[in-house]
Amino acid sequence: MSEKLISGAEYMIDIRNIKKIYKMGENEVRALDGIDLKIKPNEFVAIIGPSGSGKSTLMNMIGCLDTPTEGDFYIDGNMASKLKDDEQAFIRNKKVGFIFQQYNLLSKLTVEENVELPLIYAGVPQSKRKEMVKTALERVEMYDRRHHKPSELSGGQQQRTSIARALAARPPIILADEPTGALDSKTGAEVLKMLKELHSEGKTVVLITHDNKIAHEADRIVRIMDGKIVFDSAVDGDKSEVNV
Amino acid sequence: MNFSQAFKMAMKSISSSKLRTFLTMLGIIIGVCAVIVLVSVVQGSTGQITESIESLGANAISVNLTGRNSSKKITYDKMDDLIEEYPDLIKYVVPNMTSSNAMVKRDNENITTSVTGTNSDYMNVNDREIMVGRFINSLDTENRRKNAVVGTYIVNELFGGRNPVGENIKINNEIFKVVGVLEAVSDGEEGSNDDVVIVPYTAGRTLFKTDVIRSYSVWATTSETVDSATDAIKAFLYRHFRDEDEYIVISIASMMDAISEITDMMAILTAGIAGISLVVGGIGIMNIMLVSVTERTREIGIRKAIGARRASIMTQFLIESIVVSSMGGIIGILLGTAGSVILGNVMGINAFPKFYVMLIAFMFSAAIGIFFGWAPANKASKLNPIDALHAD
Repeated sequence: MSEKLISGAEYMIDIRNIKKIYKMGENEVRALDGIDLKIKPNEFVAIIGPSGSGKSTLMNMIGCLDTPTEGDFYIDGNMASKLKDDEQAFIRNKKVGFIFQQYNLLSKLTVEENVELPLIYAGVPQSKRKEMVKTALERVEMYDRRHHKPSELSGGQQQRTSIARALAARPPIILADEPTGALDSKTGAEVLKMLKELHSEGKTVVLITHDNKIAHEADRIVRIMDGKIVFDSAVDGDKSEVNV
Repeated sequence: MNFSQAFKMAMKSISSSKLRTFLTMLGIIIGVCAVIVLVSVVQGSTGQITESIESLGANAISVNLTGRNSSKKITYDKMDDLIEEYPDLIKYVVPNMTSSNAMVKRDNENITTSVTGTNSDYMNVNDREIMVGRFINSLDTENRRKNAVVGTYIVNELFGGRNPVGENIKINNEIFKVVGVLEAVSDGEEGSNDDVVIVPYTAGRTLFKTDVIRSYSVWATTSETVDSATDAIKAFLYRHFRDEDEYIVISIASMMDAISEITDMMAILTAGIAGISLVVGGIGIMNIMLVSVTERTREIGIRKAIGARRASIMTQFLIESIVVSSMGGIIGILLGTAGSVILGNVMGINAFPKFYVMLIAFMFSAAIGIFFGWAPANKASKLNPIDALHAD
């Protein structure tokens, strides 16, 4: 496995005509059917589509959790299609921070330990880990509660912890899958505000959602339907339709 | 991810479900405990047997004449030629005639005991001491003097504990004079080595109802020459009898070898039986670990999503099963040691487990953790993170 990853590519995410085809008995399901998508560094993109549209599959690709049946894609200039499990894990660890709808914190670990986990897997030495965990937790105002278990926290606090975890290893991409889906509108708004802040700090933020209103918080909206991109435009009205 | 991190993670998930961990361990605990107790008790009793044989002497060679072909006999004088013929190999030739139920009488007191007819070298080959008087000497044997040496049991029973030297006793109605008392070696109990009367073999002709000495204790010069001495005696007897069936020559050392071979077999056999329970314990671990992997599918998915590689997941689960099985091993060793000591005390043997037995038991239980933890750990490491994330 290549332990060296490049960075500073022109596109943070560069997807070139990928297809994901599942065979279910006789039938072929084209979850992704020729997707071209280029996302520059420090963009804030919302990917929107109804369930079954293929947006989850696309998110799995960007998050290096899945590989396409056809086509290639690059994460910050690194070829990420056709990788083995462990190579995917490596890119995930270095380049992508996940934020999930259900927070997905490990219930047996404390806030601090949850945030530390990606750093452990990245092989960061312990002394440095402490500092990085502190920075991340302070960033989301959860440092005071670092010794709590997830079950002792509110939904908003858990989501903030999961944002801290996504930030801890300082990846360039933040991949948020329905991050406000399980939250009330007030805390949801706080989380969105936080994502915007991250964007303004230089992260590339990709937000997956089915909610138009939330999608409009982003700078660019990509709409998916039946495995194809049907709409791709900047939110401020500067629309450029592609791949309809 | 390094080992100590993986260890910490494994400990965390083990300690978060203590009852289940304990129940998982139970199979290993019982298995290791059984192995330790069985092996220790077998080794302890073996040790006791070996000790009592060893007390017969590492130089000793037992010669038995079967007398199948009664036309040929060998006299003591002829047997004694062994010493002249092989002075480098053979030191003593001690005749051994025994009458196990002779009637010994003094005044109105009488008891049944075992009478041994031998010569003065008896003292050299049997680790005995004289307490009072003297042992029978070569003049006694040459002149067929009816002198006797008695054990402390006889002194207590017939003389009420008084010094019997110089007094007469009747053995099967023949009068013998007591010339000495043997130092007690086994608490002076009935039937023990203190319940004996020793007479010159020459004087016991009517007592033993035969002239023929069928049993000898031959003493090799050193414990290293025992084997050559055994061969020499066989050659000597073959020259005399021309028939290998006429005699049995066995050194104590070779008896020891035979016995230790048998007891080693026993130890392996018992350990093997107990080992089966260890394997059953291992299967228990595998079962629980497989359930645990299924239960923790989501956790594994999260770990993978944030960058855990296969090896990290594999290590974590493998360490969990190794820690569970080795902790079970350690508890089993402690319980087994306690059990062996208690059982040893009840049986009157030293059954404290040998260190290497504990070490093997520990390593075996750790190996069970690896062996039976492998499949679940492998399953966990190969979970697809997408499926795992969507698991309940």
